[in-house]
Amino acid sequence: MTTPILTLTIDGKEVSGLATETILQVARENGFSIPTLCWLEGLTSVGSCRLCMVELRGSTALHPACITLIQEGMTVTTSSERLLRYRRAIIELLFSERNHACAVCVVNGHCELQSLAQQLGLDHISFPGLYPALPVDASHSRFVMDHNRCILCTRCVRVCSEIEGAHTWDVKDRGIRSRIVADLDTPWGDSTTCTGCGKCVHVCPTGALFEKGKSVAEMFKKPPALPYLKATRAQEV
Amino acid sequence: MHREKIDRIITEHRQFLDQFNHHVFVCSGLGCPRNDEIRRALERAVQTQHLQDAVLIRKVGCMGLCSAGPLVLIQPQELMYQGVQPEDAEEIIASLGKSPIQRLLLPADLAFFTRQHKNVLRLSGRIDPESLPDYLVAGGYQALLKTLATLQPPDILRSIQDSGLRGRGGAGYPTGLKWATVAKAQGSPKYLICNADEGDPGAFMDRSLLESTPHAILEGMIMAAYAVGASQGFIYIRAEYPLAVQRLKRVIRDAEQNNLLGHSICGSNLNFHIQIRLGAGAFVCGEETALIRSIEGKRGLPRPRPPYPAEKGLWGCPTLINNVETYANIPPLITHGPEWCANLGTDKSRGTKVFALTGRVRHTGLIEVPMGMRLREIVDDIGGGLTEGHTLKAVQTGGPSGGCIPAALLDTPVSYESLNELGSIMGSGGMIVIDETSSMVDIVTYFMAFCRDESCGKCTPCRVGTAQIHNLLIKFQNHRATMADLEMLEWLCDLLKNTSLCGLGQSAPNPVLSALRFFRREFLDCIATEQAHEEVKP
Repeated sequence: MTTPILTLTIDGKEVSGLATETILQVARENGFSIPTLCWLEGLTSVGSCRLCMVELRGSTALHPACITLIQEGMTVTTSSERLLRYRRAIIELLFSERNHACAVCVVNGHCELQSLAQQLGLDHISFPGLYPALPVDASHSRFVMDHNRCILCTRCVRVCSEIEGAHTWDVKDRGIRSRIVADLDTPWGDSTTCTGCGKCVHVCPTGALFEKGKSVAEMFKKPPALPYLKATRAQEV
Repeated sequence: MHREKIDRIITEHRQFLDQFNHHVFVCSGLGCPRNDEIRRALERAVQTQHLQDAVLIRKVGCMGLCSAGPLVLIQPQELMYQGVQPEDAEEIIASLGKSPIQRLLLPADLAFFTRQHKNVLRLSGRIDPESLPDYLVAGGYQALLKTLATLQPPDILRSIQDSGLRGRGGAGYPTGLKWATVAKAQGSPKYLICNADEGDPGAFMDRSLLESTPHAILEGMIMAAYAVGASQGFIYIRAEYPLAVQRLKRVIRDAEQNNLLGHSICGSNLNFHIQIRLGAGAFVCGEETALIRSIEGKRGLPRPRPPYPAEKGLWGCPTLINNVETYANIPPLITHGPEWCANLGTDKSRGTKVFALTGRVRHTGLIEVPMGMRLREIVDDIGGGLTEGHTLKAVQTGGPSGGCIPAALLDTPVSYESLNELGSIMGSGGMIVIDETSSMVDIVTYFMAFCRDESCGKCTPCRVGTAQIHNLLIKFQNHRATMADLEMLEWLCDLLKNTSLCGLGQSAPNPVLSALRFFRREFLDCIATEQAHEEVKP
């Protein structure tokens, strides 16, 4: 059975896409930029960072573009003043949640959170910082987990479970107390399931996961390998 | 064949009950203190006074008026005793057939009882929750037998749609529409879920229904399964409700043994099984997609909808998910026909609604009223007005997802629409009466602390926003807030409402927003004045 091709309007431009595609996919194919943090090509979409929210004509609610499938005749707005205000506020909330001092961060200059803040013109945050006292887990021989930089996008959890198949990472507790944990909350270095593949480090959008022994200048990440990995594996099967 | 067996149980049980001159009903819910002791004391009194052949002591479900509990009801005289203690047992038994004990007697015409319209609570406090014969004698499972014998699934779907029944879990989604969607959905098997994860502070409607008439919930579920074509059902109930869980287990077993559950129910071609799933007490697991994940054995996190559970629910299969009270509405609706429900309530909010009336009213407890009743009638008549010397300030409805309705708007009829217009919601049915001694800032801070603790942490606005809002409210409580804080509070509330992933985050700001709308003065009074700033400077 062939997948139907649908037409829709994004920011006034008529575009087309497959019925199985999301607004985000079609928008990016057509050169519209919608910011995302939790979404990453190759991983399942969870719609949790709420940055890719878009407006749909005929609906007062906002919809996450990463998970909303396109529909025939849909009219999408990806960047209204209202959306930009919300996106800025969400980034501000992320900055206020933990300690994000870019000047002393290992991924300064290679951080997705930092670039998004720059793109949205953020030069300060209006919400008071919560600064929880969080540990840095450097028990692994090659990598470090710094909870102070974590934004709980769960890319590491998903890549480890879905691509590597180890499911070393998961989330413990709930709400503002949520933390990423290895195995059943053991130090990363003691993890019996971690294969040391480093995929989690490379999909992490911030400095929460990084490699030991690299300078800030070398600390860029390589998430684009995921779709390639997935495609080759699908061929093997 | 099966009908005969049920008729035999009914006849035998009725004969047994008719042997006794007096039936003494004792509340056996979790809510009433010492009710077990009272029942045992009454049983001892019957023994010592040699009245075993004349008096039957029976444990029953909640009778509603919790503030006067423990309650004891004497039948057939319909005498109700309040605040009974084990020490009163001898006297109560001795007075049977004679003049009633005046100091314990509740007035027969108490508005708390006479002004209610009991539908789903009609058997609560009148039957032994764990006894199948009791439920059968009271007319239980007749609606199911009628359904299986004479109705086709489309007939039931039409009845539910015609009745205009809306989901009693809070959002008020049309039940008939949901059922019809699941019935039409492609995919097999189809699942059915009873959402008994009641977590609102101050609410105990579902718990009470499950403790008082668990068979009625099963009956509603079985009929729903027949209507939508589901073969497996789950009751998702929190582990904090041990008595309800214990009773559910018991009635599921009894129903299975009597062929009311399981394979070819009552000789029909309906196969339906029910399992219990215990929730660990996360508020977010009341949200349907999080609840479904929790049943699947995963971390209870919500996911964006669509796809709705009706299309892709439990393990990706079509799933019907309704609240306890919604299922409890089904048997009477089928028995009396859709018009009966449609004639009660308002045009768009039909039928009756159970509320847990708590707070500063004289009579607190579980009540059931027709939709459209004015809040004033509920507070003044059924609730008996405020406790001595206090004046009403507001009524909080809908728990942490709801809002406060000020005293000036007390003539609002209770319906989904009218409450929504005031920025509140029906919710599952918590109703807290607030008097002049309470600060609205304190109340909303409490609700926001609840939402912050119960946020699952998946989406950014809810995870961080609830914590930020709570911190701001603490500043108000400490009289250290500024006008900028007030602006930020409103902005954060707007952000959460519009960008959160699930209902928890989207509705978390409701108490704050409604308090800001009706009691703004109290927030402004918490703002530190310029002078106050001067004073604290060194």
